[in-house]
Amino acid sequence: MTSDLPIRLQAVSVHSGGVTILDRVTLEIDAGAPTVLIGPNGSGKTSLLRAAMGLLSPNEGCITWGGAGSVPPIRRALVFQRPTMLRRSVAGNLSYALRIARVPQRARRIKELLQMVGLAAFAKRPARRLSGGEQQRLALARALARDPDVLFLDEPTTSLDPASTQAIEEIIRGIARCGIKVVMSTHDLGEAQRIAGEIILLHRGRVIERAPAEAFLHSPKTPEARAFLARELLV
Amino acid sequence: MGAQRGEPGRSMQSDASALHLILTGDPALFAIVRLSLFVSLSAVTAAALIGVPFGAMIALTPFRGREVAIVLLNAMMGLPPVVVGLAVYLLLSRSGPLGALGLLFTPPAMIIAQTILVTPIIAALTRQTIEDLWAEYSDELTAMNVGGLDRVATLIWDGRFSLVVALLAGFGRAAAEVGAIIIVGGNIDGFTRTMTTAIALETSKGDLSLAIGLGIVLIAIVIAVNALAWVARRAGEKIAG
Repeated sequence: MTSDLPIRLQAVSVHSGGVTILDRVTLEIDAGAPTVLIGPNGSGKTSLLRAAMGLLSPNEGCITWGGAGSVPPIRRALVFQRPTMLRRSVAGNLSYALRIARVPQRARRIKELLQMVGLAAFAKRPARRLSGGEQQRLALARALARDPDVLFLDEPTTSLDPASTQAIEEIIRGIARCGIKVVMSTHDLGEAQRIAGEIILLHRGRVIERAPAEAFLHSPKTPEARAFLARELLV
Repeated sequence: MGAQRGEPGRSMQSDASALHLILTGDPALFAIVRLSLFVSLSAVTAAALIGVPFGAMIALTPFRGREVAIVLLNAMMGLPPVVVGLAVYLLLSRSGPLGALGLLFTPPAMIIAQTILVTPIIAALTRQTIEDLWAEYSDELTAMNVGGLDRVATLIWDGRFSLVVALLAGFGRAAAEVGAIIIVGGNIDGFTRTMTTAIALETSKGDLSLAIGLGIVLIAIVIAVNALAWVARRAGEKIAG
């Protein structure tokens, strides 16, 4: 099976209700360390993830996955900010994702995934009764069930307590170590610092700056990046 | 005045006779109950097999005139039973297009009539349930690359506790219905007589004991079915969330 990487966005624009959400974004996402999208609310982070996932069709420009257009999301996965748990047990949610991905030997894989996200003891519990952090971990496991080349994470730790955030970040680092490309959005600079291999700053739907994490955090090149790092309001 | 004074005594006597019929397991009464349950449950089953996928299809398929279809479907929940009875009568009567089947004045004719009455209720409530669920699930299922039929099956399965209410509404309609089945069934003693048609007949004849007995059984069955569904729903929610 061919890889979905690299993902190329060529002058991608998305408009909705007269508002430009993404403005001529050109970007290539390839294998490597996690890419973190940062920017204020409404800067286009979620829309960029959705477009790169194939859930949002651009009004202008084009997107290719592994060099091809219109590739179904088989080798890529997205964990939403507020993931929807299917009305099944924790193991049932994973079993469902594995069945959809046509993965054989589901029982063994379910065990592996639950252990990976630290939910082995919760296998039979109804997924909707889990806490926010536990649901996020299950969503990560469910996304990994399809063995993706690239995993998009939309602000995965928003509204989680520090302990849950730490657990999620540890899992994300583990996923990246396994060779899965992680592309994640956040507006928490600390989180970006802890996870990112490279950082992309978005503002008003445009890519303002893209640089390796160290370079971005210590020597930003654009006034917007400097303002964002100084925690000034970007409007 | 004298007649009015006499009514309470007569009613109490009827109540006692009705209870006697129930407690002694009167065969005539229980034959009627059995047929009623057979007709209503068969109709609800058939209506569910048609109405649930149909409602889900309307909920998930964009097509021209969808809004009109939804309004019509909702309106059909209020189909007058006697009109449905008349239509089925015309279809199944000897000179009708399906007359050769010889179904008029048989339980299958009653099941057909009740299926027509119940299907819009189940389809309309399913449509609403699945549409609401789709609003919640669409991103997740699209991201997981869940295809058409899998999508429908997933939403029906995950909406199963709400869909039980649709089935109960359908059963309530079928169990309480009299207008359609009296036309297509004919209320033939021992063959097509159900609880509701018997209650109507016995009341008109003045035999209140059987009518009250059947009324009590009918209400008890409706309560029992709803209680069973509630227990099943609670147990299911406990397991699945």
